[in-house]
Amino acid sequence: MHQTEAFQHRINKALNNQQVRQNIRSVMSSLMLKRANQFPDSEKLELQRTQAQEIRQRALANQADLLEQLEQKLTDNGIEVHWAETAQQANEIIYSILKSANATSVVKGKSMVSEEIGLNQYLESRQIDILESDLGEFIIQLAHEPPSHIVVPAIHKNRKEVAELFHQHFPELSYTEDVDELTLMARKILRQKFEQADAGISGVNFAVAETGTLCLVENEGNGRLSTTAPDLHIAVTGIEKVVEKLSDVPHLLNMLTKSATGQPITTYFNMISKPRQPGEKDGPRAVHLVLVDNGRSRIRLDNELLDTLRCIRCGSCINHCPVYVQLGGHAYGTTYPGPIGSVLEPQLSGIDKLGTLTSACSLCGACGEACPVKIPLPKLINRLRAESVNATYHDSKTPGTGSMRSFSQTLAWKCWQFIYATPFAYRLFSWVATRFSFLTPNHLGGWTKYRTLPKPARKTLSQLVKQEGFANE
Amino acid sequence: MNDARANILRRLRSNNITLENDAAHSSTASLANRPIDSYWNKQQQIEHLTQNMQAVRTEVHHLSNGDWLDWLKRELPVRGFKQVLVGDNETGNRVIQSMEDSLKISRYDRQIENWKSELFQDVDVGITTTLGAVAETGSLILWPDKAEPRLMSLVPPVHVALLNANHIVDTFSEAITKLNWVDKTPTNALLISGPSKTSDIEQTLAFGIHGPRQLIVLIFDHK
Repeated sequence: MHQTEAFQHRINKALNNQQVRQNIRSVMSSLMLKRANQFPDSEKLELQRTQAQEIRQRALANQADLLEQLEQKLTDNGIEVHWAETAQQANEIIYSILKSANATSVVKGKSMVSEEIGLNQYLESRQIDILESDLGEFIIQLAHEPPSHIVVPAIHKNRKEVAELFHQHFPELSYTEDVDELTLMARKILRQKFEQADAGISGVNFAVAETGTLCLVENEGNGRLSTTAPDLHIAVTGIEKVVEKLSDVPHLLNMLTKSATGQPITTYFNMISKPRQPGEKDGPRAVHLVLVDNGRSRIRLDNELLDTLRCIRCGSCINHCPVYVQLGGHAYGTTYPGPIGSVLEPQLSGIDKLGTLTSACSLCGACGEACPVKIPLPKLINRLRAESVNATYHDSKTPGTGSMRSFSQTLAWKCWQFIYATPFAYRLFSWVATRFSFLTPNHLGGWTKYRTLPKPARKTLSQLVKQEGFANE
Repeated sequence: MNDARANILRRLRSNNITLENDAAHSSTASLANRPIDSYWNKQQQIEHLTQNMQAVRTEVHHLSNGDWLDWLKRELPVRGFKQVLVGDNETGNRVIQSMEDSLKISRYDRQIENWKSELFQDVDVGITTTLGAVAETGSLILWPDKAEPRLMSLVPPVHVALLNANHIVDTFSEAITKLNWVDKTPTNALLISGPSKTSDIEQTLAFGIHGPRQLIVLIFDHK
């Protein structure tokens, strides 16, 4: 199916699912309110956003040097660093690390980049038992669904659906719809896994070049358990997550947790710099970091699009997007939904595959205002829209650039251009439009399904001006 | 694989990004370097810390004259705990010497491999010291080490943390400077701001998902 039709199909499906829409709507309004409460002073917020933006810009500008410094520091600290250009390479590296350690059972902390590269499917097909340990991720793994949000992955499910899912998979446990009891159930089920797993896999929120430190932000403790209890820890991250200094971290952390869930800080901020040292009694004996490019260094070649890489994955743009609120995450059909998804995904997979996502936007600007690192999301969406029909971006590095250009659309705009640039044609057009306005059709595809089509007025604007004159001229 | 590294670095180096002056010399200094009169005194630090920690259901006790040992002696048996885990250090020794026989006290003095299932299944409480705390966010600072390993503050359902009131700082940034964090680079460093929690089901807050279900902070004043 063509990407646009496929997207439309998913949109229709999402719009018809009242249950999910209701679940998502209530959660998004509460997340927006909680964030607003954390930033009561709008002037201070602006300053804070600018500072976070500058930290990330500085890190991206010096990215190659910082990645080398990070690699050196981590190696000195005893952590092995691997580089992967593609998703395939990243999966292969992770699998070979597990294999050479004879690790067959893995507990995993939440990681969006692992979703992006399809790590779970890759390892499952190679007989590795991989278990998502974040409660939300655990729920959707049971349901065999992708996350519908980058911070709250199971938010499309209500407690009744979760209760039924647990009951179906763990019939020995008694049925309950009480959130506390469901949480306790998950604790019991996963505890044993943490104790017995051979390896833990996690993402990274910030990788500090100065000290060789991998920072993880979480509330549940599953991230700490995954990175501490098993003998082997593999961290996987996009190459854009590197920051220069440890002193850059407090501010980014502050902006991340406040923007994401409206918390002044999460329960755990876990900073890992070394594997278990001589004399230490726990922690993994081996720690690996897999640096994943998967298109990021290509995005960075474009001086406008590179702003995409500033993202710290807080999900605030998603929470504030009026389109996401109506559709939910699954309609996008991608790892990253909402505004950041509409910008990032077409660049990662190609405009020919996902360029249509940029159409799910009214350019209201809410995402750009909510972004803690000031990514100009509406501008980037507009840029990718233009690029998808190849307006002026002939040298663009984005795959599939210009692939959505259609003959009829091009022709229509050419005609428009001709009419508006040629006085005679313009006068003829307005003469015809005003005389024959009664010929305008009443129904024009999807547009008029919910709107009345405006009809041309009897007199043109220039006729009215001639007649009336300008009042204040 | 080495190709991957070279290719990535080459692509990154092929676009030289020039930053506007502001961004090139940015730092959070203007947020960190507050005017001196906006620093909190010790009492204010304790108040902010307590308020922030209680907001996420942490139990906080202020004990005068370093009475934390008496508090443990009194409260632990009352709360029905059976097995307590202490560190392999002076604090651990003091707890062991002063507890009643009704409590089983284990010292974390072995490699985890030798007693993992006991730690995961039997231990009720882990008692650790802290390096300090951040008042602004209500966070304890821990650098787990040989004497107090990483799982002590994570696996037991209850974590009791001992905090010297003189080691509280206002912000995380100040802690980084004060503790000489960059040069020391601990194996693992933690900010702990409450008991384990989740909102993954309907954004309903539930405590004790994977880490401790209860966090008890004993603040004592000891010069």
